[in-house]
Amino acid sequence: MDTLQVYLILAAILFSLGMFAVITRRNAIAVLMGIELILNAANLNFIAFARFGGMNIGGHIFALFVIVLAAAEVAVALAIIINLYQNFNSINVDEAQQLKQ
Amino acid sequence: MINIVFWFFVILTIVAALMVVLSKNLVYAAIALLVTLLGVAAMYVFLWADFMAGTQVMIYIGGILILLLFGIMLTHKITSVRISHTNVQRGFGALIVIAIFAGLAWMVNITPWLQIHSQEPQQTVHDIGILLMTDYLLPFEVASVLLLGALIGAAVLARKES
Amino acid sequence: MNIFLQYTLLIYFLPLIAFGVQIFIGRRLPRQGDWVSIGAVLATLVLSIALFAGMLLDYNPNFKQNFSFTWLETANFKISMGFLVDNITIIMLLVVAIISSASHIFSLKYMEGDPRYSRYYAYLSLFTFSMNGIVLANGFMLLYMNWELVGLSSYLLIGFWFEKDSAANAGKKAFLTNRVGDIGFFIGIMLLFTAIGSFSYGDIFAGVAAGKITGTLLTLAGMGLFLGAVGKSAQFPLHIWLPDAMEGPTPVSALIHAATMVAAGVFMMVRVFPILSPDALIVIAYIGGFTAFFAATIAITRTDIKQVLAYSTVSQLGYMILAIGTGAYTAAFFHLVIHAMFKANLFYGAGSVIHGMHHALHELDDHKTDAQDMRNMGGIKSKMPVTYWAMIISSLAISGVPLFSGFLSKDAILAGTLALVNRTGAHYILLFFGFGAALITAFYMFRMIFLTFHNEPKKPKIFDLIKESPTAMLIPLVVLSVLSIFIFYTLPNFNPLSDQGWFTHLVEQHESLVPGHINPSVHEIEESLHHSHFPAMITSLIVAGLGLLLAWLMYFKKFISAEVWARRLKPLYNLSFNRYYIDELYDKIIYQPFLKLADWVAYLDWDVYDKYFINGIGRVTEWVAKIVGIADYEGLDQEIVDGFGRSTQRLGNSLKKLQTGKIQNYVLYAAFAIVILLIIQML
Repeated sequence: MDTLQVYLILAAILFSLGMFAVITRRNAIAVLMGIELILNAANLNFIAFARFGGMNIGGHIFALFVIVLAAAEVAVALAIIINLYQNFNSINVDEAQQLKQ
Repeated sequence: MINIVFWFFVILTIVAALMVVLSKNLVYAAIALLVTLLGVAAMYVFLWADFMAGTQVMIYIGGILILLLFGIMLTHKITSVRISHTNVQRGFGALIVIAIFAGLAWMVNITPWLQIHSQEPQQTVHDIGILLMTDYLLPFEVASVLLLGALIGAAVLARKES
Repeated sequence: MNIFLQYTLLIYFLPLIAFGVQIFIGRRLPRQGDWVSIGAVLATLVLSIALFAGMLLDYNPNFKQNFSFTWLETANFKISMGFLVDNITIIMLLVVAIISSASHIFSLKYMEGDPRYSRYYAYLSLFTFSMNGIVLANGFMLLYMNWELVGLSSYLLIGFWFEKDSAANAGKKAFLTNRVGDIGFFIGIMLLFTAIGSFSYGDIFAGVAAGKITGTLLTLAGMGLFLGAVGKSAQFPLHIWLPDAMEGPTPVSALIHAATMVAAGVFMMVRVFPILSPDALIVIAYIGGFTAFFAATIAITRTDIKQVLAYSTVSQLGYMILAIGTGAYTAAFFHLVIHAMFKANLFYGAGSVIHGMHHALHELDDHKTDAQDMRNMGGIKSKMPVTYWAMIISSLAISGVPLFSGFLSKDAILAGTLALVNRTGAHYILLFFGFGAALITAFYMFRMIFLTFHNEPKKPKIFDLIKESPTAMLIPLVVLSVLSIFIFYTLPNFNPLSDQGWFTHLVEQHESLVPGHINPSVHEIEESLHHSHFPAMITSLIVAGLGLLLAWLMYFKKFISAEVWARRLKPLYNLSFNRYYIDELYDKIIYQPFLKLADWVAYLDWDVYDKYFINGIGRVTEWVAKIVGIADYEGLDQEIVDGFGRSTQRLGNSLKKLQTGKIQNYVLYAAFAIVILLIIQML
């Protein structure tokens, strides 16, 4: 637990799982959860590098900003999802195929 | 002892993340996400990032997750039998994601990381506060404007057209 | 801050401020803003008088204040600019301020009702600013900038009535002719800068004294500087622009083309006198002497009142240059100051006459008669008494009659010439030039007076309508007439026959700084001057009297008929009347060959180069283009380009199936691409 690699691998796992969610989940909210996982993976990397880069607080600040961005992103995304729901009566991503036309 | 606790949290995080991804029930997935985020917060503690751990719990679990649950509730009829969903393109997706993970893991292993072992700080809040008010003042202010914008934007988007 | 620096800055920048105000908002101010310019110039007059009074109280010949600041600094050299205030500067500042104020006041009436009234005052202010800059400069950098600026304002004012072609052309001619001189000036400055590495007078003097630049190079540098003076001070052979410059408004002629700007060349020579080598000085003396004589002979046959004055200015400037060449540079500067007063006065007098003529012609609705032609005047003494007496006084001054200022300085110059001849035992021709010009000057000046003011009016109808000019125009005349009396220049002495006084005391002769002591020392010059003073005075009195008498006989009493003598001396008369054909000569040897060359080059360019070469290339290109066009369309387009299109279409059709519209598919593809990239990276 005193090596960087452990955290990086953990972050890689979280990232991959988040990616998997984004790719496979049909429900938009579940996709959003996947994105949260990805963001957490990134944050974990930031903080791990901060810890093993000589306790550089700059990494913490960046993680903080990522959290802020995540909050903003979730708020907007949920608003979009609610809109989606009102239009399609469903929030399944694969049913929103307007891009094809 | 610390080791055991550490590995416990690692396993917990991974399992919960798997549940987020694989669970058929959306509410279960959300609860699993909660556990994952807690696990990550624990990782932060191990990484001496006390303030970040607190923030993680406060904002992610206290804010974002609640928001997600609200989203689930608002978009599904509570009366519907079960709030579930299915997955698509699982096979090919799994293949790709495993490949990406393999690549990342390989990269992590072969890179000769420079690791500086430093003293554990008493606390980080002090430094973070100073940095936010000096070097990162502009991003800090921009972030506040961004939050405000997101707030208004979300309200505008979600409003029912009358 | 130093009190002198304060005064200097005020004197320098007040007119510039007035210029800025006038040029931008002048038209919208009450009275079109003339009071801005006049206020600024009167302020400089007050400041100059204060400085002057201070100088007289101090009475220190070695007074000198130098203010310098760095303008540009690089690793290799440093350029500084600044102000130099010494007795010469203060006297010159006062001269500029007096003449400039007079011009401003005179123009109040003279330019009244002009459509570009405020613009006119703006230009006057610009001129005053730049002229003060020339006077105040402590080195060639600031001097040259202001030198060009006076050139610009002179150009603008000569061509002020640019609706008239002749005025526009005269402005152009003045500007271009000055360019010729200024190139030489620039080369001279750069020679000095290259050798010494500074633009300031002090450094250059020290450098020359230390022998950093000697021999031919120094002579060349001096000649370069002199060429600048030749252009600005209208010396032969670049004198042609000054008579044409009379197209400008008369107050401008008085200010710029008689008293101040044309004297800038002389002023500059006075400043740089210590570094002029003996060879350069001899050339300068000859050019000056020749110009003095030569211009005087042209003035005899002019019929336009302003033309007479213009050639007389050229001639008088020649005197000053001659004095510099002979080493009597105090005399040159003395004459500059005195000449500024009486010549400006003469121009204002002429302006007053022209103004009266204009009004008369205007009332007669006569637009054909030339208001400046002396053949249309005559007898107007009774109508314009103030103008008449002012003109008489200044004519007496310019002719070198005792009791008037011109006598003192002209005498000093002639004495200087005589002294040079006595010292060297050569250059007798300079004496001929000097005294000959003095005789002719007296003659043509009184010819002008008699033709204009005496005898029967030649055009009685015009004569009846002529009135004396308004007060604003008479004030400068009176003031400048008073200043043409000897007493102001000889104090504290009262001897009207000696030029000794505060002036000669305060403006002391500099030792020449050229190493090797080839030039005579100041002591030697003064010694010889002292010996030459008396004979020179007698001779100049005799020749001036002769000239006056001749004019009186010819044009007043008409004992001698001018027409008969003109016929008898036909070739000489023609030479003078046609200004020695100098303009025609320049036309033949400079303009025409140049135009021919231009025509020839145009022919080469158009008929040869364009028609055969360029058009040939065009035709060849056309063929090539046709061939390429066929190859392009048949081969390239049909086969390759369309082929690409077709294959892209086929590919697109097969790829269309990939586009599902489902975002997650796209993310999957992107992830797939990342994997592929990772694999490539790993390999």
